[in-house]
Amino acid sequence: MRLEYFDLIDRILEIDIENRKICAEGIVPTESPVFGGHFPGFPLMPGVMLLETMAQAAGWLVIGITEFTRMPFLAAVKEAKLRSFVTPGTTLNVEAVIVHEGSGFAVTTARVRIESKLVCNCEITFRLVPFPNPQLRAAMLQRAVAIAFPMETVADV
Amino acid sequence: MSSTFDTVVNIITETCDIPREKIKPESHAIDDLGIDSLDFLDIAFAIDKTFGIKMPLEQWTQEVNDGKASTEQYFQLNNLCSRIDELVTAKQA
Repeated sequence: MRLEYFDLIDRILEIDIENRKICAEGIVPTESPVFGGHFPGFPLMPGVMLLETMAQAAGWLVIGITEFTRMPFLAAVKEAKLRSFVTPGTTLNVEAVIVHEGSGFAVTTARVRIESKLVCNCEITFRLVPFPNPQLRAAMLQRAVAIAFPMETVADV
Repeated sequence: MSSTFDTVVNIITETCDIPREKIKPESHAIDDLGIDSLDFLDIAFAIDKTFGIKMPLEQWTQEVNDGKASTEQYFQLNNLCSRIDELVTAKQA
């Protein structure tokens, strides 16, 4: 993870397009400018970044399902629960599933575990829009390769 | 139609906290009821789930943007309910 760049997913472990499910991993860095303020002398991964981590995993699932034709933008977060502190150096296992695929939107649920312990979970709604420009799509494809997104699961990208 | 309308009214009241008496068949979801696009996503989710359909919102929006349809055709509640009934019928066929 690079918190300050919002690179929160390090690796896609599994993406199951048929069953609308993704598992991913992110390792909280041991050092980050974010920890300078959150909090001085007591570094914790910010809760909003845990929400963003779940959104990114769910977002990659949506991108996979829509075969890189739509960019998911965060629209709503519901029933978010941040259950325990997340400290530097921790490995986060992130899972997300699709609850509903609407026309131009998707509803997902996501959770983060540390080993078997549930750390946080929520429901996330995305607006799905065509990529606003080729640069963003190219950057997402580049990032997909970097995090081991299994491109073979997606036809014709 | 009336049962579809009643169900849609229930969804709107639960989602948007709009008083039931304010919602009429001729009400326009956006112009009259003031439902914004984010709340409409919640409503669309609930309608899709309740009726087992997928409202083609992207297509409707495109038609409106292209000037091929008016917003009333899709977002006035009696018309919206007719579209829902058509989608349910098409799914059952």
